[in-house]
Amino acid sequence: MSTLELKNLTKAYSRQVVPVKELNLNVEKNEFLTLVGPSGCGKSTILRMIAGLEQVTDGEILINGRNVNPLPPKERNIAMVFQSYALYPHMTVYENIASGLKLRKMPAGEIQKRIQDASQVLGLDALMDRRPSKLSGGQRQRVALGRALVREPDAFLLDEPLSNLDALLREQVRADLKQIFERQKSPVVYVTHDQTEAMTLSTKVAVLSDGYLQQLGAPNDIYKTPANKFVAGFIGSPQMNLIDVEQVGGAVLLGDFKIHLPAAAQSERTVVLGIRPEHVRLPEDGDTQTIRGNVFLVENLGMSDLVSLRVHGDENLVIRALIPADATWEREDLELALPLQSIHWFRTETGARIE
Amino acid sequence: MTQDYIRQRERRTGWYLTLPAIFVLLLVYAYPIIWAFISSLFTENLSTNLEQEFSGVENYVRLALDGRFWNSLWNTAVFTVASLIIELVLGLGIALTLDQAFRGRGFVRTAAILPWALPTALIALAWRWIFNDQFGVWNDMLMNWFHIISEPISWLGDPTWAMVAVIAADAWKTTSFVAILLLAGLQSISQDLYEAHAIDGASPWQSFRQITLPLIMPQILIAMLFRFALAFGIFDLVLVMTGGGPGGATEMVSLYIYDTVMRYLDFGYGAALVVVTFLILITVVAIAGLGISKIRTATGEESS
Amino acid sequence: MTTTQPSTTPPASEAQGNRIPWQRLALWATVIFTVFFSLGPPIWELLTSIKTNAAITADSVVYLPAFDQFTAEHYIQLFTRNRFHIYILNSLFVAIVSTVLCLGIGSPAAYALARLQIPGERIVLTGVMGVTLFPYILLFLGLLRLVQFAGLANNYLALIIPYTAINMPLTILVMRSFFQQLPKDLEDSAKVDGYNVVQMLWQIILPMTLPALVTTGILAFIFAWNEFIFALTFITRESMKTIPVAAAQLGGTSLFEVPYGPLAAATIIGTLPLVLLVLFFQRKIVQGLTAGSVKG
Repeated sequence: MSTLELKNLTKAYSRQVVPVKELNLNVEKNEFLTLVGPSGCGKSTILRMIAGLEQVTDGEILINGRNVNPLPPKERNIAMVFQSYALYPHMTVYENIASGLKLRKMPAGEIQKRIQDASQVLGLDALMDRRPSKLSGGQRQRVALGRALVREPDAFLLDEPLSNLDALLREQVRADLKQIFERQKSPVVYVTHDQTEAMTLSTKVAVLSDGYLQQLGAPNDIYKTPANKFVAGFIGSPQMNLIDVEQVGGAVLLGDFKIHLPAAAQSERTVVLGIRPEHVRLPEDGDTQTIRGNVFLVENLGMSDLVSLRVHGDENLVIRALIPADATWEREDLELALPLQSIHWFRTETGARIE
Repeated sequence: MTQDYIRQRERRTGWYLTLPAIFVLLLVYAYPIIWAFISSLFTENLSTNLEQEFSGVENYVRLALDGRFWNSLWNTAVFTVASLIIELVLGLGIALTLDQAFRGRGFVRTAAILPWALPTALIALAWRWIFNDQFGVWNDMLMNWFHIISEPISWLGDPTWAMVAVIAADAWKTTSFVAILLLAGLQSISQDLYEAHAIDGASPWQSFRQITLPLIMPQILIAMLFRFALAFGIFDLVLVMTGGGPGGATEMVSLYIYDTVMRYLDFGYGAALVVVTFLILITVVAIAGLGISKIRTATGEESS
Repeated sequence: MTTTQPSTTPPASEAQGNRIPWQRLALWATVIFTVFFSLGPPIWELLTSIKTNAAITADSVVYLPAFDQFTAEHYIQLFTRNRFHIYILNSLFVAIVSTVLCLGIGSPAAYALARLQIPGERIVLTGVMGVTLFPYILLFLGLLRLVQFAGLANNYLALIIPYTAINMPLTILVMRSFFQQLPKDLEDSAKVDGYNVVQMLWQIILPMTLPALVTTGILAFIFAWNEFIFALTFITRESMKTIPVAAAQLGGTSLFEVPYGPLAAATIIGTLPLVLLVLFFQRKIVQGLTAGSVKG
């Protein structure tokens, strides 16, 4: 039973400053949970509380059913990878990786075996005798990973480990990370502000904002059915189009164009309409809901163009659409379809999803 | 609310780590002072066969009437003020002029640190030799190089000149050191400030007064505060150079205390001397400290 | 590199690029003055120590000894007659032990004051800083009684403990500012790895603060080597004396024969180790001092 439970977890620095508010979360064996959200949402604080580096104000943290609140980090059997890697500069790579094991009085043979295994997976063989200052960023990150892997802990904690890598490396390491942790049984808690990392690496995503849990679910679910306006706008790149609209007799107006309002939303006077740019497309036969407008900005993203369009009838209304690069279309008076099934509806005051 | 385990653990460990240091400091610093306060209320000297007899404020009354004490206090004051002023002015001047890029900077810095690093007692010997009336090189230079005097001066045999000699020796030891400290402070002032000021139309002197001085004032004051405390307690230098002579002309408070205790074995009275000296020091430092914090808030910055 | 002059120059500038000539002149004059001023007396002692007695007491002062006025006899006398090497060893012993002790006790305290929030931190810090202002003569009396009471006369402990205490404030202040600048991540990582505070200090943090330790150590060594009052009073047994005391007490046996030569030689020997230290570590020394004083 390798689980991590957070019950009513709260962190308060003062009356006003409460970065984490009554969080409830479970992570099971083989699960990879990502805590994702904008800066200041509390995700790093949560991670540090799990590690024991930050004191819990209220609530409990249970590792394998054991309340670890009073325990210092070294007694919690967790391993952590820091954003800055935190390698000991005066020790070699081997010594860095072995340090945690040595402190736990593991026999030398066992230490060697574990390091060898990790080294194979991470490709560290050639680097064993070097000092951190002689390693590249990517290499240092792998050493930090190695240090965590050999511990075979009850939980892995990773604090934005890819943030300090350049874009190209980041992609590659992301793929490596996924493969490495797929083979690990212990639960992984991963913190990042990058929603792409969250979506690609995790089995479960927790979207956080301002200390509250906005939504917890599998990446696909979060993408397809965001629980509120915040999640909808945060997850998915390019960002979802979110428009405040007023109800006019069973429909809403986007500029000159009517969009049908589903039954559940009929009772609202105003709603928020959301549709992802990748779902806004050039019209096909059978499309009933369309809008027209003038394109004022085209951003070439390689395989697609991100087109920004001012909708006729409302010069402040901008809709963005992701159109395949090889399609042909006119800038003036372009017609785009908004498929009904791809539209998300949210309440105006709470931002909550309308089913 | 759960307990703050982390903070508890930190506190405990923190105390263990700090306790030895605090113990040593209290032992060497607090104990003697407290002991002096207590002891000063007793008489303990040869006339009491070195037994302690309670005498209340008798020692302090004696102190108030003790001409030799007031003389030593006066000497100390003269010495302290004179050396402080000389060291500050000279040191600042040197620092200002050295505040440029030039080759051999390291060498100059090494040379400047040397006087401070050398043992005061041995340096005092060197100065005694330099100021020697018959063979001293200083007299020789004055007579044969600069032609200022025609007869050798008995530096250490003349009350006034002895004080001058002692001040000179102290200035030698400390000026360069003050210069180096101030230089470090000067170099922490951003060049941008001067450039902006110049563009505004300021002359070098105005830049000095309005930018340099205020910004290094904290450093100056702190350096002066430490120098004051050190000058007030000057011992090694004077003991070896003049022994307090001639005729008590250079006897500083510290020397008087030492003599009282070691030569006359007058412990109770010595303790009273220590107490009074301590109180005078504290008072001056407190006043200076208040002055410093006032100036600090006026320049509106946090120096570091 | 800052200047006290604005970098916009008046039209009268010469070939020296942007510099007004007289400013450069003032610079070099000051440099020369500072160097001669600082090095003068020690060099004079050096010269005196290698001159023959006749040259020393010659009627007209001999500045640079002529060939026949060189001699090493004063140095030889120091080592044969006065057995100066013993004093050197004594000084070394006391200086090294007190330095090590000071660093050993002061560094953990500095760490606690930097990272761990102990109650009364403000008081301790203010106390530590305030204590640096105490003239030693004030401590002397109380310590004298302590020494008598504990029977520590002619025991090096009587020197080592005060030296350790006197060097403590600077050690604590310098090491504390150093610790504060270390990245916190490393300590977090160590905690997760399993180090307790003492292990962390010893195995992780101290190796990283080696430069600061060297700096503070040097300053402590210099002070211990130079100290006079306590060494003079607490150690009276001839064979145990430290260099400053032994040198100051050389000669004075007869009123007229002050052994200027050997005295000068003793001075040179007594200051040589420090000169070497300063030569090699001048940058660190200045860093340490400014860190300690500027923090105030």
